[in-house]
Amino acid sequence: MQPIISVSKLSKTYAGGFLALKNIDLKIHCGEIFALLGPNGAGKTTLISIICGIVTPSTGIVLADGHDIVRDYRAARSKIGLVPQELSTDLWETVWDTVSFSRGLFGKPPNPAYIEKVLRDLSLWNKKDAEIMTLSGGMKRRVMIAKALSHEPQILFLDEPTAGVDVELRQGMWEMVRSLRASGVTIILTTHYIEEAEEMADRIGVISKGELILVEDKTILMEKLGKKQLTLHLQSPLESIPAELAGYPLELSADGNELVYTFDVQHEHTGIASLLRRLGERGIDFKDLQTNQSSLEEIFVSLVRARP
Amino acid sequence: MNVYAIKAIYIFEMARTWRTLLQSIAAPVISTSLYFIVFGAAIGSRMVEIDGISYGAFIVPGLIMLSLLSESISNASFGIYMPKFSGTIYEILSAPISPFETIAGYVGAAATKSIILGLLMLVTARLFVDFTIVHPLWMIGFLVLTSVTFSLFGFILGIWADGFEKLQLVPMLIVTPLTFLGGSFYSIDMLPPFWRTITLFNPVVYLISGFRWSFYGVSDVSVGISLSMTLAFMALCLATVWWIFKTGYRLKA
Ligand SMILES: Nc1ncnc2c1ncn2[C@@H]1O[C@H](COP(=O)(O)OP(=O)(O)OP(=O)(O)O)[C@@H](O)[C@H]1O
Ligand SMILES: [Mg+2]
Repeated sequence: MQPIISVSKLSKTYAGGFLALKNIDLKIHCGEIFALLGPNGAGKTTLISIICGIVTPSTGIVLADGHDIVRDYRAARSKIGLVPQELSTDLWETVWDTVSFSRGLFGKPPNPAYIEKVLRDLSLWNKKDAEIMTLSGGMKRRVMIAKALSHEPQILFLDEPTAGVDVELRQGMWEMVRSLRASGVTIILTTHYIEEAEEMADRIGVISKGELILVEDKTILMEKLGKKQLTLHLQSPLESIPAELAGYPLELSADGNELVYTFDVQHEHTGIASLLRRLGERGIDFKDLQTNQSSLEEIFVSLVRARP
Repeated sequence: MNVYAIKAIYIFEMARTWRTLLQSIAAPVISTSLYFIVFGAAIGSRMVEIDGISYGAFIVPGLIMLSLLSESISNASFGIYMPKFSGTIYEILSAPISPFETIAGYVGAAATKSIILGLLMLVTARLFVDFTIVHPLWMIGFLVLTSVTFSLFGFILGIWADGFEKLQLVPMLIVTPLTFLGGSFYSIDMLPPFWRTITLFNPVVYLISGFRWSFYGVSDVSVGISLSMTLAFMALCLATVWWIFKTGYRLKA
């Protein structure tokens, strides 16, 4: 299937000479939710801004739904909706006017019924006649989402959509993103809340210092890089880890009641069986056990740390 | 052609005008009325006629030009500076619109406002002094041309400015002096020869002269030159705007 967005050999050097993106190659599949992760200053916003036409690329080519974003900008941009990271809205316009303005800007004839639906979906309908400056920060962010959706885009960029949004609303937004995806919209989002990516994304890209260091299916990523931990709750506390178990990556909790064993899921021999046997031989009994898998956040942090 | 976009920008900008009706329309009309009361009625009655025109009537075209220039510039520059300042420019930059459409929206709205203002001032002036317009079509032509040209200039200024001071500095330090010295209140024939030559480097002279010609049929410089100078300045502004959009100057990183 043809990718909905195709980025090839994209680099960006800002006016000051700063190299913000280095030779990025990326394909976004139609209909997926793609999460772009990376520490502050990694280049996420730069990448999004280039695709949307706000920043000029230094080298490289970007196609949106097959259209070159520079040469064929009209066709490319009319497919794209953007919710930028910075909260920037008009002040005196009403919610209704500003959303209608966006629709016109993107070349679509007026459609009050559609705009009403967008505002209702975002719980903004009762604020439609309010001046934007009278809204709260979270409401303003939703107004920006409404503006991005006003022209029925096929591709939606959300640059940290949930920054500064309360938990309940965040859940609501996730729901909205899912229903958008269900209606065929491709979504690219950035976030610093890893659980958000973990919960939402189909695929994940990690960007660090301007380089795309990894693009992977979320589930595969978590399996591949995920470490599992086996925690044994002991019957009676241990003073220290017995010498003959030194070969195992074991950790003893401070009170000596828990023994934690870390293993690699990918590995054919996880070593659990032999560990448990050894423990049995030593007469170390346990009353309970549990395993847990490392979260995307831990994976992410270890990935970015590993880079020089 | 993205007509919906032009319409959206135009309506947005005009809404700003209606919202600030008092300061954008009423204020210039009131200040011009004051000029007419002081210069036209009070001082003008003691002044000799210039080129056979009463002083009060003589200053009408120049005064209208004065407001037209400053309002076109401040309006258009503010119109594009605000979204740059607030960050909402992202939407314009990411929208499927061409430079021409962007300008048609912003400059079109600013020029419309100036034209409305110019006509209002004309009506106001008529309340204070008696005058007739010899070439009404030319008058409208100069009015529109000047409004569009200086709205374009304001648009460039708004893109160039990276602070509110710069936005106000250019009109205050350059445009206002040029207009005052451009023959709003006198005929340049009244100047000593040396200053008359210097004055000819002031582009505003040609605007005022042409505009006054459309009123009374007399002018400091020939109307053909006035027209060509105005068109040349407009071409210069268009070329600058074209370059701005081509390079993304102060619009895109
Ligand atoms: N207009 C600009 N001029 C010069 N440098 C810039 C400009 N915009 C961004 N940068 C630099 O480019 C780098 C990438 O910035 P970018 O905004 O893309 O990061 P980000 O991944 O979105 O970070 P964050 O998570 O903080 O939003 C940063 O080092 C930043 O300082
Ligand atoms: Mg960012």
